[in-house]
Amino acid sequence: MDGLYCEHMTVRYGRRTVLDDISVGPFPPGRVSALLGPNGSGKSTLLRALAGLGEATGRVMLGVDDLTGLTLARRTRRCLYLPQALPAMVHLQVLESMLAAQHATGVVPPDVQGDEIDAALHMLDVFGIADLSMRYMDELSGGQRQLVGLAQALGRHPDALLLDEPLSALDLHHQFAVMEILRRETAARQIVTVMVLHDLNIAVRMTDYDVILREGRIIAAGAPGAVITPVTLARTYDIVARVEKCSRGLPHVMVDGLR
Amino acid sequence: MRVPEESVGTPSVSPSTGLSDYAREVRGRYQSLLRRRMGLLGLLLALIAASVVLDFSLGPSGLSPSALIRTLLHPHHVPAGQGVIVWQIRLPYALMAVCVGASLGLAGAEMQTVLANPLASPFTLGVSAAAAFGASLAIILGWRLPGVPDAWVVSGDAFVFAIGSVLLLDMVSRRRNAGTGTVVLFGIALVFAFHALVSLLQFVANEDALQDLVFWTMGSLTRATWPKLGLLAAACVIVAPLSFAASWKLTVLRMGEERAASLGVDVPRVRRGALLRVSILSALAVSFVGTIGFVGLVAPHIARRLLGEDHRFYLPGSMLVGALVMSLSSIAARNLLPGVVIPTGIVTALVGIPFFLGIVLRRRSIS
Ligand SMILES: Nc1ncnc2c1ncn2[C@@H]1O[C@H](COP(=O)(O)OP(=O)(O)OP(=O)(O)O)[C@@H](O)[C@H]1O
Ligand SMILES: [Mg+2]
Repeated sequence: MDGLYCEHMTVRYGRRTVLDDISVGPFPPGRVSALLGPNGSGKSTLLRALAGLGEATGRVMLGVDDLTGLTLARRTRRCLYLPQALPAMVHLQVLESMLAAQHATGVVPPDVQGDEIDAALHMLDVFGIADLSMRYMDELSGGQRQLVGLAQALGRHPDALLLDEPLSALDLHHQFAVMEILRRETAARQIVTVMVLHDLNIAVRMTDYDVILREGRIIAAGAPGAVITPVTLARTYDIVARVEKCSRGLPHVMVDGLR
Repeated sequence: MRVPEESVGTPSVSPSTGLSDYAREVRGRYQSLLRRRMGLLGLLLALIAASVVLDFSLGPSGLSPSALIRTLLHPHHVPAGQGVIVWQIRLPYALMAVCVGASLGLAGAEMQTVLANPLASPFTLGVSAAAAFGASLAIILGWRLPGVPDAWVVSGDAFVFAIGSVLLLDMVSRRRNAGTGTVVLFGIALVFAFHALVSLLQFVANEDALQDLVFWTMGSLTRATWPKLGLLAAACVIVAPLSFAASWKLTVLRMGEERAASLGVDVPRVRRGALLRVSILSALAVSFVGTIGFVGLVAPHIARRLLGEDHRFYLPGSMLVGALVMSLSSIAARNLLPGVVIPTGIVTALVGIPFFLGIVLRRRSIS
């Protein structure tokens, strides 16, 4: 089987079971997938478990490779989680933070070697923030720091990229720009990209495979058109919603109220 | 599609043409930044050397430079008193100041990073207080570890409690769900607990012992001896490279614990390693010279301001700043009041404050 998937995954915080024996995926390579669901439904927990952060039982596979037994350093090289919180405001230059992210696991693998400053600048340029490279992280706006976090993640060239609400601090322009960048890079590198989203219209228009979680259980999984429907939205968010075609024939989610 | 740059800035690197002018400029600026930091470290080293020479040549006995040099070169051909002053007092004091400062500076720097708290230091998290309690057990109750020679009883007891306190911190940090805030709080609780215990012992102590203890807690380099100096220097030489080897991981840890973990840093392991190094350095330093608090807290802040948070520069920087502040304090301690050696612990804060005000509180960083 291709892509990233997990089998019989259980995650507990103390005595609370958040994910109970769930199997998710496969998230397809070369395409952007979305993970949807209300607050506290276990989206971050699931992504962290897929990336091998925190304790979890079950098996995580990337293609034919079992990631479960890898050391943290090797595993995060292959499957990278981008935390929901914005990068901290530290007195580090953006370029320095890119280099540090690259060196975090000791040896830099051959495919990301070459000139590391060039590589870092190129990655920043992809996100349109090359001009921030010599600025300090504690002097950036929230959205700018979020873009730096994305550049750090993509700059590590993982095989699977798990992004936790990567658009949360971005303006409309940058939300769309980042989605375009992610779609392009995902296709070019043939990697798995999964992102947690709260904007259903972005999910329905710009992702290719969606999973909806509620209270740690999967409500629906599959193509956006099949997953994002009035019925599933009602079951997931307790809302009354419609999915209609806009004037250009593209699907659009409209919320009429709470149930 | 590319993100149009007008929203965030103008210059741009074209991936297809490789190194554009802008990339070249950034590279140049980054490299000159690295050079400047190396230069700053070199400058600190030079200042320390100068300060040690000054510390060595100044003192109440008023020996001339030529007499000092003669004593250094031909220890057996000078009056015995002069030999003692140079070899048993001046030299070990001056070098001990550097080693203690370096140890506390490095310990404070690592502590602040792994506990993600700018107030963390061996002093504020109970290491000094624990050492003081150990010392008071030795001084007041005459309690001693079996097999410890007389000259080492106070330091030995102090060391055991100091290292025990960091191991306790480490134990707390190992508990699941123990955030760094919990560890810091626990450290502060340790300070209060050990202070209370020391007060209790002071309450029951006789006058002589009380005086000894109060003097001990003021911290003084007059306790420096060659074996202690050798031990502390050896610890620095062994521990510092281990810290430097972890500098990338520690830098990433500054970006947040969760982010560091997601980038592949085994955070609990890095934290444990750092606390172990901190425990050895700080416990040795405070058990040999008594309570000297300020350096471990302030040196990291000064280093951060001067050198940024890239730990390849910040860690050695904090070490050197600590050494410099201690060495200057040692000069002040022996020369401020004619004929009197003031306990170094008192002077450190007074010497450190101007540094602190001048560098840390200045609006924009130099780096
Ligand atoms: N460290 C923790 N300790 C205990 N419980 C936790 C912890 N982290 C999360 N939880 C609980 O686990 C459940 C799932 O949390 P999770 O962070 O995965 O939600 P989420 O879907 O990412 O939510 P959001 O959209 O708000 O980010 C929640 O009920 C939350 O309270
Ligand atoms: Mg979340």
